[in-house]
Amino acid sequence: MSALIEFQGFNKFFGEQQVLKGIDLQVKSGEVIVILGPSGCGKSTLLRCLNGLETAHSGHLKFAGRELLDKSTDWREVRQQIGMVFQSYHLFPHMSVFDNLLLGPLKVQKRERREAQQQAEALLERVGLSDKRDAFPRQLSGGQQQRIAIVRSLCMNPRVMLFDEVTAALDPEMVKEVLQVIQGLAREGMTLLIVTHEMAFARAVADRIVFMDAGRILEQNPPELFFTNPQTARAQQFLEKFSYVEALPSTTSPKTTQTKELELP
Amino acid sequence: MASSGLELLWVSLPQLAKGAGQTLSISFLSIAISTVGGVLYGVLRTLNVTWLNAVLRVYLELFRAIPVLVWLYLLFFGLPIFFGLSLPSFWCAVLVLSLWGASEVGEVARGALHSLPRGQREAGLSIGLNAAQLYGYVLLPQALKRMTPPTINVYTRIIKTSSLAVLIGVVDVIKVGQQIIERTYESVLIYGALFLFFFFICYPLSAASRVLERRWTQA
Repeated sequence: MSALIEFQGFNKFFGEQQVLKGIDLQVKSGEVIVILGPSGCGKSTLLRCLNGLETAHSGHLKFAGRELLDKSTDWREVRQQIGMVFQSYHLFPHMSVFDNLLLGPLKVQKRERREAQQQAEALLERVGLSDKRDAFPRQLSGGQQQRIAIVRSLCMNPRVMLFDEVTAALDPEMVKEVLQVIQGLAREGMTLLIVTHEMAFARAVADRIVFMDAGRILEQNPPELFFTNPQTARAQQFLEKFSYVEALPSTTSPKTTQTKELELP
Repeated sequence: MASSGLELLWVSLPQLAKGAGQTLSISFLSIAISTVGGVLYGVLRTLNVTWLNAVLRVYLELFRAIPVLVWLYLLFFGLPIFFGLSLPSFWCAVLVLSLWGASEVGEVARGALHSLPRGQREAGLSIGLNAAQLYGYVLLPQALKRMTPPTINVYTRIIKTSSLAVLIGVVDVIKVGQQIIERTYESVLIYGALFLFFFFICYPLSAASRVLERRWTQA
């Protein structure tokens, strides 16, 4: 099966500085990719290029067989298929939760209100926030806002979801409720590209870990291999800083409390 | 004296009201056009189109650097000479005040749009909104709220500055007042009335702006 997303010799500059260097990355449909690496290594930029929020310099980026770096690319159409969730949620503060969710489906996709509402309600229920549909973002906790932001993307029925450090701005006790939602998507077979610093989560949810440093991909391996036997010195160094990860349970072990609570319909 | 003064005001009232009508028509037309033009200016400035930004900056600087009075003379006396086009003084005043007001409101709008978190734009784009939808549904509703208090202050300045229209021959409330003074020498009384007229129009506006500012910064 051919890749859904394919970076090939992909380069990106900010002015003089090259932030992505010869990126080669293939993502199959249904795969969960977690991108790790030190701050400033280019992992967020990589995601943003995939959503057209940054423009690439050279190389190739294909989505579903289509070259996205062509001038003729209709990014509005691509963005409906590639959802993105941000670190600081970026809900629209002047709209209720429900209006946040329906803006895209109604105005961009011109879908029927009833059908879009039903979907939004179902998704709200799924993330446990049915009672918040008429609330405004400022009345919600960070974790709640982030779950709403995820639902806002899901309402567009995307084929891929990009998560850009979505728990980095959250209080520790709210991290779990957001990660549970993401893990639920992974279980369902949604294609995910995740940038995170939550090592235990990365290990639990990833099909493949992509390790980046200074704009390059240094390693791409299944999580077990990456975390137990990193191939590059740079990755070893990086992991040592997170060595407490070893002690944390994985979702593959059925006893963990995490797995139980992660059940989503 | 008091009774004769009141009597004078009473008999002058129709005349003064006519002048006030001119002042208010010029002001409110200019305010309306300034608002629409200013929001448009703000939107265009935040699109980050290089040549468009250059054009708009020139427009802004021209209205910042050159006094409104000079613009009034320039258009009122210059247009007929250079373009054979003569505007009635009323419309000339509306045109100049609108262009000046739009540059003022425009900078407020640009600042308000600019002050919104970058993520608002990105979140809007990421769900596939086009530029018009992004501004219409996401950015402008938030920016309009932020720009309302300072914009109201621009409105009071437009109302006050409208009195310059006298100098190109508009018979506004001040001109009417001066005509009455020329006949009656009651300058204190008439200017007192003019004082109250402008005060009671502009004060509620600035009070409203303060209230809104306080309410919205709390929320």
